[in-house]
Amino acid sequence: MSLLRPDLAVIAANVAPGSRVLDVGCGDGTLMQALRDDKRCDARGMELDSANVGLCVGKGLSVIQGDADRDLAFYPDQSVDYAILSQTLQTTMRPDLVLEELLRIGRRAFVSFPNFAHWRVRLSLLWRGRMPVTRLLPVAWYETPNIHHLTVNDFRELVARRGIAVEGAWFLSGDRQCSPAAANFRAEHAVFLLSRG
Amino acid sequence: MSTPITDAAQVLSLARPLPLDGGQSLADVRIAYETHGTLNAAKDNAILICHALTGDHHVVSNHPKTGKPGWWVRMVGPGKPIDTDRFFVICANVIGSCMGSTGPASLAEDGKPWGMRFPVITIRDMVRGHVALLDALGIESLYAVVGGSMGGMQALSLAANFADRTRAALVIASTARHSAQNIAFHEVGRQSIMADPEWRDGDYYAHGKGPEKGLSVARMAAHITYLSEAGLTEKFGRRLQDREEKTFGFDADFQIESYLRYQGLAFTDRFDANAYLYITRAMDYFDLAEEHGGLLANAFAKSKARFCLVSFDTDWLYPTADSRNVVHALNAAGLPVSFVELSAPYGHDSFLLDVPALDRVVEGFLGEGR
Repeated sequence: MSLLRPDLAVIAANVAPGSRVLDVGCGDGTLMQALRDDKRCDARGMELDSANVGLCVGKGLSVIQGDADRDLAFYPDQSVDYAILSQTLQTTMRPDLVLEELLRIGRRAFVSFPNFAHWRVRLSLLWRGRMPVTRLLPVAWYETPNIHHLTVNDFRELVARRGIAVEGAWFLSGDRQCSPAAANFRAEHAVFLLSRG
Repeated sequence: MSTPITDAAQVLSLARPLPLDGGQSLADVRIAYETHGTLNAAKDNAILICHALTGDHHVVSNHPKTGKPGWWVRMVGPGKPIDTDRFFVICANVIGSCMGSTGPASLAEDGKPWGMRFPVITIRDMVRGHVALLDALGIESLYAVVGGSMGGMQALSLAANFADRTRAALVIASTARHSAQNIAFHEVGRQSIMADPEWRDGDYYAHGKGPEKGLSVARMAAHITYLSEAGLTEKFGRRLQDREEKTFGFDADFQIESYLRYQGLAFTDRFDANAYLYITRAMDYFDLAEEHGGLLANAFAKSKARFCLVSFDTDWLYPTADSRNVVHALNAAGLPVSFVELSAPYGHDSFLLDVPALDRVVEGFLGEGR
């Protein structure tokens, strides 16, 4: 198994073997490949970038070029066990609607995102008064694909307001996990497992 | 032990009449085809390539009339994306055509050319011919069926209507149904042929001259739909043909005029006007959803195949939306499907031309990560 990014490793470790999975924003298909090869999952993907789609097809993966904001509508209700959105929520036009779509298509959804309330981000804003450029947010504000920055607490509030159940949550600092209580300050990124309860 | 098969065009004569969608059946059908590579002992490495409207089975061998290289030499061959070292590649001329398979220029029972007595055929009828060929070759299930444009329609039709006959389908620059615009362009072509007095209601074979004017105009109109505006502008712009000034006449002053006239004329040397009528009709009748109760997803209810669809951003004949429509149906049917829109400047013709990204997708999809 190839070495997965920490948030992908959390997702891969917590997907039930043999399940049907839709990876939205699957990139070069690394997670799908791991799920297919190590967990016998029937993994499908969606990806915006055509070069990445080509890479996925070359790995024998089934990936559709599409846009999470527009093309999820064409997937049938409850057609997969897990809909996965890793590091993509903050790039969508309407993260709230995308979230609803994930839980319409999947019985459960994994969502991972970078936490904008991490202390390094806060320091950058507080001391330098500048939009942060960090390890996880490496691109300057004017060219970043991240158009909807959010924090762990923002996300918690959104899912609570939409009546979405949190079945699991993992908070990562580097490749180490940190406690839920300190997550909004200490976590670089978060992984949530959601369901309609 | 695998049986080596030589790279030569062959002709299969069907023992039984071919049933047609129009209700008739066609007797004494001949199917011209070419094979490359070696069929393995399990007979599970065969790929059927389906050709486009004016294509033929000479996918890699030289065209017998024009002497030009096969129409997909860049894609098919040893070590190429459709690798004949690994796959047994079959390409058959569709029925209704004029390159060796039975069509309107073939002789009917009375020893005279069919002409307009030839029954109207459909894409599914063409596929019935392919399936008869697979039967004759002893191939129960294809590794994949591959086609661009009208070839893609055949690939979709085969995967839908003969679901157990293929394990994968690769559909390039194609559609599951002909749009009003598609039909409109074809009708211009057909009317152009039929308006030529030399057409003689399709009974021109004995006169030593066919409706060449009409056929060449049909080809000129169709040729425009295969290219992109940007491609035409880049290749020809408003440049004049071998002259410094406009002539204030109706000669081919512009390079684009000269080019189209040449394309039109060259086409009449290699293609039968009636075959053009019949094949364009088959394409116009194509609506895979309509064949299956109006819902495209239902067309694939029996399929277990993997699918890959490819469109090109400059193709306005079968635009990306047409491919997406198929992808959504396959998704709804729960089938494994990949889709990519590639960027290429050549319009619809991109599937035949130098687009390295297409090579990678074709090789990747057929290679399955191997």
